[in-house]
Amino acid sequence: MVIVGGVNMRKILATIIAVTSLGYSSAFAGTLVINTDLTDPAPKAAFEWAFNKFQEENPDVTIEVNNFDHEGYKQAIRNFLTTNPPDVFNWYAGNRMLPFVRAGLVEDVSDIWSDTGWVDGNLTEGMSHAKKPMTIGGKQWGIPYTYYQWGVYYRKDLFEANGISVPTTWDEFVAACATLKAAGITPITIGSKYLWTTAGVFDYLNLRTNGYEFHMALTKGEVPYTDPKVHAVFDKWDELVKPGYFLENHASLAWQEAIPPMVNGEAAMYVMGNFSVALFKEGGLTNDNLGFFQFPEITPGIPMAEEAPTDTMHIASGAKNKTDAKRFLIFLSRADVQEEMNKTLGQLPVNSGSKVDPDPFLEAGLNMLNNAYAMAQFYDRDAPAEMASEGMKGFQEYMVNPDRRDKILERLEKVRQRVYK
Amino acid sequence: MPSSTQISYRKSSWWKLNQQRLTPWIFLFPGLVLFLVYVIWPIFNSLYISLLQWDGLSPAIYVGFSNYIELLDDEYFYISLINNIKWLIFFMLAVPIGLGLAIFLNQTIFGIRLIKSLFFFPFVISQVVIGIIFAWFYNPRGVIGPFLEAIGLGNYAILADEDFATYGIIFAGIYPQIAYCMILYLTGLNNLNTDQIEAGRMDGAKGFSLFKNIILPQLRPATFLAIVVTVIGSLRSFDMVAIMTQGGPWGSTNVLAYYMFETALSEYGYRMGYGSAIAAVLFTIMMFYILFFIYRMYQSEKKGL
Repeated sequence: MVIVGGVNMRKILATIIAVTSLGYSSAFAGTLVINTDLTDPAPKAAFEWAFNKFQEENPDVTIEVNNFDHEGYKQAIRNFLTTNPPDVFNWYAGNRMLPFVRAGLVEDVSDIWSDTGWVDGNLTEGMSHAKKPMTIGGKQWGIPYTYYQWGVYYRKDLFEANGISVPTTWDEFVAACATLKAAGITPITIGSKYLWTTAGVFDYLNLRTNGYEFHMALTKGEVPYTDPKVHAVFDKWDELVKPGYFLENHASLAWQEAIPPMVNGEAAMYVMGNFSVALFKEGGLTNDNLGFFQFPEITPGIPMAEEAPTDTMHIASGAKNKTDAKRFLIFLSRADVQEEMNKTLGQLPVNSGSKVDPDPFLEAGLNMLNNAYAMAQFYDRDAPAEMASEGMKGFQEYMVNPDRRDKILERLEKVRQRVYK
Repeated sequence: MPSSTQISYRKSSWWKLNQQRLTPWIFLFPGLVLFLVYVIWPIFNSLYISLLQWDGLSPAIYVGFSNYIELLDDEYFYISLINNIKWLIFFMLAVPIGLGLAIFLNQTIFGIRLIKSLFFFPFVISQVVIGIIFAWFYNPRGVIGPFLEAIGLGNYAILADEDFATYGIIFAGIYPQIAYCMILYLTGLNNLNTDQIEAGRMDGAKGFSLFKNIILPQLRPATFLAIVVTVIGSLRSFDMVAIMTQGGPWGSTNVLAYYMFETALSEYGYRMGYGSAIAAVLFTIMMFYILFFIYRMYQSEKKGL
C-alpha cells in the first residue's frame, strides 16, 4: 500500500539530482551506506534515533544516509540498485520486492532468520509470524521493522445517536449501513481517485468471504478472476455499492479528501489503515468520537486474517559492507529497538517482544494482529504491479458501475493470464 | 596574399580546396552529434525495445511483434487514441475563440492595455498550476459541485464521470491556449493594411463580408501560427492528464503519451517493451501529421513564389 500524492515532475527531477549528487559517494570499510525515503517527520525522527543508537553501540561503523523523496524513491531504487548499490535500503514486503529479488539485486539474509544464525534464536521467536511475507523461494530477503493494521474507523457518536452497536457480522454491518443511510448519513466514506483505497475494501471482502489461502492464491495468479468465489466477493460488495452506501463522487477524491465528510459528521465509517488516525485527529476528532473495529466476519468459521502492510529493510546484493549491513539488520530486529522506533512512528512493532504506547488505536491493532490467523500485505504488494494496477482500476470502475462486474472480471482475467504466464 | 600564406597553401592544399564545403559541416558537427545521440538514436532504440519484453531490471526477452499484437486487443489503447483525437479536435476551438477575443479587445478606449494584459494572464501561469486549480474547481467539494447543488441540480464531479472527464481536462487546457491565440491575433490585427480595408469599404463590403474577405486573409500568418501552436499544445496533453486525473477514472482520460508513461515508467508499470510499442504508434501518428504539414507548407510556398 502506497500513498500516492500525484505525479510530480519536480519531485522526479529532485530525485534525479539527489541520485547524481548523493548516490555516487563511494563507501569504504567501516562505512555503512543506507538509502531511505524517510522524509516525513515521524519516520525521519525514528530513523535518526536508530542510526544514533546503532552508532553508539558500534563506534567502529560510520553511517552514511542518502535520503530520497518518498515518491521519487520508487523510481530511484531501480537506478541505484543496478548502478551504485548502497549497503542497506528500505522497501516493502511481499510481491513488492519480488522484481528486485528475481533480478538478483537483494542479498539473501536467511542466515539472520535461522535459529543457529546471527542472533541466538531470538529473531525467529519474536518475528516468526512475519517470516512469510519476507520469504521468496524458501529464503528470506530482509527484516521487517514496522507495520500497521487496517480496519474500519468509525464515528462513535454517530453510531450511538442511531442506536448502532459495533458490528461483528456481515448482517449487522449491512444493517448498520442501512440505518445510517436512512438517517441521512453516508455510511462509508472513500476517496478512490488514486485507486488503492478500493483494494483495501476488496482485500477484506475476499479475506472474510473466502479466507486467507484463497486471497493469496488469487494474488499469486493461481485462480481465475472469473471464479465463482470471486463473484461471491462481488455479491457481498454489491450489497454495499448498489444501495449507495459509499460516498458519492468518490472517484474524484483523494483518500485525504474523503476524511472531511467523516469529520463533519456526514459520513460514519472509513475502511482504512491506521495512518489515517493522525489526519482524523487533525480534523478535530478525538478518542471520544473516533473508534476502530475489526472488519466484520462474513463467512462464519473462516479464520480471521488481517491486512498489515509491512515496511522492511534489505541488504543490496552489491553491498560493499555486508558485515556491518547484517549487524544493522539484526540491530533493527531487536525488540527494544523496534519498540522505541515505533513509538515515534506511531505504528506497530513487528517483534512481538516490543510494547506499544497506550493508544486505543495502536492497542486495538496490536491485539487484533497478535490474534490474526495470517497477515496480507495489501493487494498492490501481494499481487504483481501490473496485475495490481489493472485490478484496482477495475475495482474503482466497479464501485461506480456495479453492473459492469462481468465485463471487468473478464478483463482482469485476461490481464491475469498475461501477467502470470 | 602575403607570402606566408602561400607556404601554408602548399602544405594544406586539400583543406584550402575544400574549405568552403567543409566549414558548414564543422559548425554543424556539435549540433549533429547531439541530434544523433539525443533524437535519432533514442527513436531507433525505442523501436528496438518495443520488440522486447523487459522490466528494466531482468534480462530482456525478444518477443517479436507480440507487443503490437497485444496493443490491438487493448481497450485502454483505443480509449487513449480516441482521447488524443478529442484533444486535437476540441483544442482547435482555442483558435476561433482567441480570434473573437482579439477582435473584441482591439479597440482604443481608456484602460484597454490593462484589460488586454488581464486576458493574456492565463498564458503566463504554469500549466501545472492551471491543472491543480481546475481540479479544485471540479472537485465535488470545490466550486462547481457545491454551486450546482445550491441551485438544485445536484452535486456533479466531471472528473469522476468517464464520459465527460476528458472534456473537463480539455477545457482546463484550452484556457491558457485561448490567451495564446488571442495575443497572436492581436499582433496580427495591429498590422492590418488600412488601405485595403478602406478600399473594401468603398466597394461596399461591411460587417461579416468585410471581415471574411478583407481582414481574415490578412491574418493568415497569425492563423497559421495559432494552428501550429494549438496542435502542438494538444499533443502536450500529458501534463494536464497527469496532474488532473492520472488517466482516471479507470483509464477513461488516458491519452497515448500518458498511457505510455503509465505502462513503462509509473509505480505499477515497468513494461518497457509495451510502453515503447505505444510510443512507436504515437511517433507514427505524429510523423504522418508532420509530413502532411511540411508538404502543405512546401506547396503554399511554391505558390507564393
